This record gives sequence, structure tokens and C-alpha cells, in this order.
Amino acid sequence: MKITKETIQHVANLARLNLTEQEKEKLTYEMENIISYVDKLNELDTSGIEPTAHVLPVKNVFREDKTKKSFDREKILANAPSQEDGCFKVPKIVE
Amino acid sequence: MELHELTAHELGELLKNKKVSAVELTKTVLDRIEKVDSKVGSYITVCEDEALKRAKDVQEKIDKGETKSPLAGIPMALKDNMCTEGIKTTCASKMLNNFVPPYNATVAKKLYDQDTILLGKLNMDEFAMGGSNENSYFKQTKNPWDLERVPGGSSGGSAAAVASNEAIFTLGSDTGGSIRQPASFCGVVGIKPTYGAVSRFGLVAFASSLDQIGPLTKDVTDCALVLNAITGHDPMDSTSINIEYPDYTKALVNDVKGMKIGIPKEYIGEGINPEVKKSILDAIEVLRKLGAECEEFSLPITEYAIPAYYLIACAEASSNLARYDGVKYGYRAEKYTDLLDLYKQTRSEGFGDEVKRRIMLGTYALSSGYYDAYYKKALQVRTLISKGFNEAFSKYDLIVGPTAPTTAFKIGEKANDPLEMYLGDIYTVSVNIAGLPGLVVPCGLDSSNLPVGLQLIGKHFDESTLLRVGYTFEQNTEFHKNKAKI
Repeated sequence: MKITKETIQHVANLARLNLTEQEKEKLTYEMENIISYVDKLNELDTSGIEPTAHVLPVKNVFREDKTKKSFDREKILANAPSQEDGCFKVPKIVE
Repeated sequence: MELHELTAHELGELLKNKKVSAVELTKTVLDRIEKVDSKVGSYITVCEDEALKRAKDVQEKIDKGETKSPLAGIPMALKDNMCTEGIKTTCASKMLNNFVPPYNATVAKKLYDQDTILLGKLNMDEFAMGGSNENSYFKQTKNPWDLERVPGGSSGGSAAAVASNEAIFTLGSDTGGSIRQPASFCGVVGIKPTYGAVSRFGLVAFASSLDQIGPLTKDVTDCALVLNAITGHDPMDSTSINIEYPDYTKALVNDVKGMKIGIPKEYIGEGINPEVKKSILDAIEVLRKLGAECEEFSLPITEYAIPAYYLIACAEASSNLARYDGVKYGYRAEKYTDLLDLYKQTRSEGFGDEVKRRIMLGTYALSSGYYDAYYKKALQVRTLISKGFNEAFSKYDLIVGPTAPTTAFKIGEKANDPLEMYLGDIYTVSVNIAGLPGLVVPCGLDSSNLPVGLQLIGKHFDESTLLRVGYTFEQNTEFHKNKAKI
């Protein structure tokens, strides 16, 4: 699969990354290399093979719906880069 | 012999018999850190005051006979991706440079409950992505055997700290070999337990279906002791498996007679350094002479493990690392125009090159139009890899081979070629893909006096067989007595 600079720009936007021109060029080259290597998987016929997301048969792990003690607000906000009135502070998102 | 050179089980005896106090021992190891860490660079954070205070408290418990833990009073350290309440947990990233967790990871809590003493937090590749510790935001950890070489990674600080006696034992995490490869490079014992045996609650996530925490220790007995302390079901981790976990010290039996061992031909074929190969074959000969039945078999799927691994791991990483948005915790960029730009600038400035590369690769593999070709395909190959191991385990009790194709390489040697770095994971990634346990024990030195590690791979939840074979090997050889001269 050919990786173009446009692909890199598109993927960077999906991944919420701003890349410099230099980074874009480097990544185009490196991803091209890595993707052509992983294309090796196409040598294997996997038709009819079930995909494995999880190796052990664990599913639907439930717990009782009971209230438990949670963290204090202050403790949770302690790591926030910006806060005000007991809330996380972000730039204005609605006009 | 100095106190810091002893194993946890040796020190446990001394502590129990009041030959040494927890305070004295903790001071000795803190002095050792003071003396050598400027050269080795294992630690990101050393918590001297907390450690001494805790040592005093633990000694009181020992004096009053209030603790039964075999690890009571033992100074240890954790990789800096395991949350420790009130103690900075950085993941070796600018993104989490100032992050102080409000809670303890389950493994930290379990080790505190065993009355161990936390010395500090260990260096690693940023977000556990890498095999050399060259991707740490803070510094380069050096290999205690040769300071010009890498300690391996991503748990490089965890392995180097044990090898240089800067901790009696440590915990690392292993997503594609991150405990086993540094254990091999630094000449210590390391185990990646079966997926689900150790809780991941409070472990900063990299690839959730592959990540597993495990100990790095000076010998196999210590490995069993620490495993006893950290395994077990945890309701806080929905992938934690609720079974009865054995007492791993019961597996410390010096006998491998009749044990059936398989050696994958692909693990000792093309691409392995001849000196590493010789050490591995000699080690297998030792096991054969002790009565194990060793035979080669073919695991042809091996060559597809790395491409499958990097697709799965990067896809999961791109999803897991989406949480770093500069809002709730962690780094936030100073300059941005709006909310979207806040996310983008924060992530671009907060993540290092390798982390960005893997997020990009994972995002690509999951993106519209490529999902089936890459991510789904990799998960299908995962099924085939598991099947390959299942077939092998219908014939063998365990699988034995090398941990890495080489011994520790020079700092900077592979830094400019990400793909070449990835290929070094050839013998370790399959174990994570299939969720199996993998134990590494030292089995020799190459001509540059660098350690080689033998890898033992077992059935799901059969750590005991690995420990038994590792213990037998250790009891009948002298390799674990080789120590880094630092």
C-alpha cells in the first residue's frame, strides 16, 4: 500500500496530531516501510478464520449495581491543567 | 557480600531472625542508588523519605510479630507506568510529567499489603513503547554490564535496577517482550505471567489485550515469591481471571526428568546471533542431561507474529492514548486557538516520536477502508498463532528458546530505524499475542561479557512448570551467579 503525504495528513487529523512538514515527510517514509512490511500478512489465507480480540473466554463481567464511595472532587481536580469553581476548564465550545 | 547484593529470600531470613532491620536494609539500598544511579539511570523518582518512614513502620510490625509476609521489609521499585498514590507516575512521558495518581494500582496495593518498601519509580520507554529505553522523555538508562549499551526495554529501568543492586526486586510490564528482553539483556530473571493472572488496574494502558505486569528478580525463588504476592483475581480489572492461583514456591523443585520440551526450529534458525544460539543450545543440552526430553518442532507462523503484533498493539494504543487531551490531567499546550487545537497542540507537544509513530500506524490500521485489510486481518492471524501454540502444547509441557536474537546493543545503534528495532521482538511477541506465560533465566555470557537469557514458554496459567524448569536449570548451573561489575 502506497502511503502519500495526503494520507498522513488525514490520519494525523483523525489522531488529533499537528505534524510539522518535516515530521510529515519522515512519517510518510517510515509508515510506507512499516506498512509494506506488515502487508506480509496477505501471504496467509485467512478466509473463514475467526478473528481473536481476546485470548481467554471472558465475557459479560458484571457486578452488582451498588453505590460505592468515590473520589473527592478536589483529589480528582488536583491533576487538572486548568480548573475553575470545581470544574475542568476548557476553551469555549459553543457560541 | 553486601546486603544489597542478596536476594529477597536470603534477606527475608535475615529480617525474620533480626540479623538485620528493615531500616538498615532500606538505607543500604538507598545508599547504593545514591552511589551508582548517576551512572546507570534506573530511577525517574526516588522516594527516600517515604521509604525510610515505611521501613520504620514495617520493622515495628516485624518486631511485634504482626506480619507473616516473606517479603516484609524488602525494598523494591516499580516501573513508572504503575500508579502510586501521592507519588508521581510519569510513564517516562512529557504528557504525564506532573501526574500524581489519586489511587494505587492493584499491584502496588498488593505489594504494600505484603509489607514491602517502595524505593521509587523506574525509567522506561515512553508509554512502554520501545526496546531500548531510548524513548524515555527523561533520560537514557544504561546497561549495568556495559554503560555504552542499552538495558533493553521497555522495562529497562526495572531490569537495570535489579542487575545493579539498586532494588532487591522490581516490577515491569510486558506487551511484546518488555519484561523478558530487558531481563535477558541485563542478566536477571523475569516473567510475563499469563494474561489475566495479574491485575492491570492502575497500569497505564498501552495495548490492553496484550499488557501484563510481572516481576524482575535476582533468581527464580524470588520470582515465585513475588508472583505469589501479585497474582489473583481483581474485580477492578474485568479481564482478570477468577481462578484458584497456586503457591508458586511449591514449584521450586529440582527435577525435570521426563519433562517434554519443544524447541521451535524457527527460533534458532535464520537471524539469530551465533553466540546467542550457542548459549541457548548449550542450555537445552543441560536440560536434556538432567532428564528432559527435548526435540525440535516447526512453528511456521512465527514469521507473521511481528506484523500481527504491531498492528494489534498500535491499534489498541491509538485508542487507549486518545484519553490524553490536556483536559483532566497531564500536559496542556500553552498556545492554542480553540478546543480542537488544544487537543492537537497538547498531543503534538506532549508525545515523543515513537509514540506518535505508533498512534499514526494504529489510527491508519483502524481507519475507514483499511480496518479489514489490517486490523481484522491481524486478529485472524492471532487466531492462527494461538492455534500453533495449542498444537505444540498437545505434545510438549513447555517450549524453550532464545529471548532476543542478540545481546544488548549499543545506544544509538538502532535508533534511526524503527522497523529494525521492531524485528528484535521476534521471539517474544507471539507469547503476548497468545496470552501465554514466558519466563526468562540467565543462561550464559557472550564474548563481550554480555548476558544471554533463555526463554521458557508455558501453557495458560502453567507458570509453575516454567518456574520448576527455571529453578532446576538455576540449581544445576552457575550462570545466575554472573553479576554486572558496577
